[in-house]
Amino acid sequence: MANTGWDEFEIGAMLRSFDGKIDDIAGTLQEDRAYSQNNSFVASVADWRIEKPVFNKDFCIDCQFCWIYCPDISIISRDKKMIGVDMDHCKGCGICVEVCPTNPKSLLMFPEHADEEAELAKWPEKDEEKK
Amino acid sequence: MAFDKMELRDIEVWDGNFAAAQALRQCQIDVVAAYPITPSTPIVEGYAKFLADNYVEGEFVMVESEHAAMSGCIGAAAAGGRVATATSSQGFALMCETLYQASGMRLPIVLNVVNRALAAPLNVNGDHSDMYLGRDSGWIQFDAYCPQDAYDLNFIAFKVAEDHEVRLPAMVHQDGFMTSHTAQGVHTLTDDQGYGFVGDFKPMNDMLDFEHPVTHGVQTEEDWHFEHKARQHNDLMTKVIPKIEQAFADFEKLSGRKYNLVEKYDVDDADVVVVCMGTSVETAREVAGEMRAKGIKAGVLGIRVIRPFPFMQIAEALKGVKAIATLDRSSPNGAAGMLFNEIAGCLFNTDTKALLSGYVYGLGGRDLTKAHLVDLYNELQANVDAGKVTTPLQQFIGVRGPKLSFL
Repeated sequence: MANTGWDEFEIGAMLRSFDGKIDDIAGTLQEDRAYSQNNSFVASVADWRIEKPVFNKDFCIDCQFCWIYCPDISIISRDKKMIGVDMDHCKGCGICVEVCPTNPKSLLMFPEHADEEAELAKWPEKDEEKK
Repeated sequence: MAFDKMELRDIEVWDGNFAAAQALRQCQIDVVAAYPITPSTPIVEGYAKFLADNYVEGEFVMVESEHAAMSGCIGAAAAGGRVATATSSQGFALMCETLYQASGMRLPIVLNVVNRALAAPLNVNGDHSDMYLGRDSGWIQFDAYCPQDAYDLNFIAFKVAEDHEVRLPAMVHQDGFMTSHTAQGVHTLTDDQGYGFVGDFKPMNDMLDFEHPVTHGVQTEEDWHFEHKARQHNDLMTKVIPKIEQAFADFEKLSGRKYNLVEKYDVDDADVVVVCMGTSVETAREVAGEMRAKGIKAGVLGIRVIRPFPFMQIAEALKGVKAIATLDRSSPNGAAGMLFNEIAGCLFNTDTKALLSGYVYGLGGRDLTKAHLVDLYNELQANVDAGKVTTPLQQFIGVRGPKLSFL
């Protein structure tokens, strides 16, 4: 791309989302779609993030709240089961953590450089309600 | 077709606005997004009436401003429709931001600009200030001198703009009131001839092609912006003029009316030539004929296509001329005048060493009279006789008070 000359691209301030013709895009999983080089799906915006969500599957009840609320479609869910976070597109806004209803939460924010295994090992205990 | 055809006489008495509205009807515009402004309003009003009366299959979108009008046109054109609108003056000025969007996005919108002065002071009459304002916007600009031209050039504008080799928006200019509100005999095309000339709209990269999704209006920074602008300029400089010449030739075959990039009237053997645009071309032609009867070899060069500027064609047309006057109907506000500068650029590296002088005239609809042009041709002849420009390089015609001249 970097060496493409002025006469080597399609005219107009226009980019194609997919290579070739598409059909039943709603019924095709993201990983199976023929995204073009110009689609933001293939670009990483991870370097914007200063805090990251870590997912702990031990407490997740697959309620899909995080999937619904994520503004960047970065919660990966298959067959209504939470799988994890798309770390190329997550911007670290923390909304998924905010809406997570479990106790303790199944998603928590940590500094970008934090070690995921270490944080999972010292996950908070259930917060007992004080009478 | 689900709409009615209209029976037209061979010659109808139309003003420039109605002629343009009829052309929009015959081209079967899919979407007109418009906001009214004097003196262009009757064009979009005419389209709206044809639509309401079932003479067009399309949509009229009423918007809150000219910025929104052109924005609506851009959206409709990106979606894949044949799109047009009209404006003047302050409305054109408000549209400016979106004019660059339309051309950069390579959307073949046709904009009828009924030329009018720019405030302040507020003025509704015809001069070329708005036309000049659009000249760096990346649009193709055609200039009509009379209602017949305004009618014909709309068909030609669609034909050129929509060509997949071109895909650039086009303006059709006519002088406010002098053309837009002056009824003249206009030779018509039948509905089938008119529509047949422009043909069915052929979409390109349209958003309604759901099998090939596209994002229009993307952002580029220092990494890509220059290449996009270079490509647009390249296409204006190399592809558009041959397509316009082809469209002019095809239109002559259809109608018998011949248009040219530059309209030459008695230029080939002329000593003195006036270069101008709009209705002034017709006045100057009449005076040139009278000057010839008095022994002055006078001619007129009318600019038909302002952008892309017919640089080579003008250099060729003026190669044997001894003295040239450029008539700018827009205040240059601190420079020599667009036509003066462009014509100087055309001729500077050629063997033509014509004496070039510039004139500013007709601002805010002030009349350019035959007497003004007689004086002007006499000045040019005096320059030829003296072998040098005997007047200041820039003079104002028809302004009250002490003689105003510069340079």
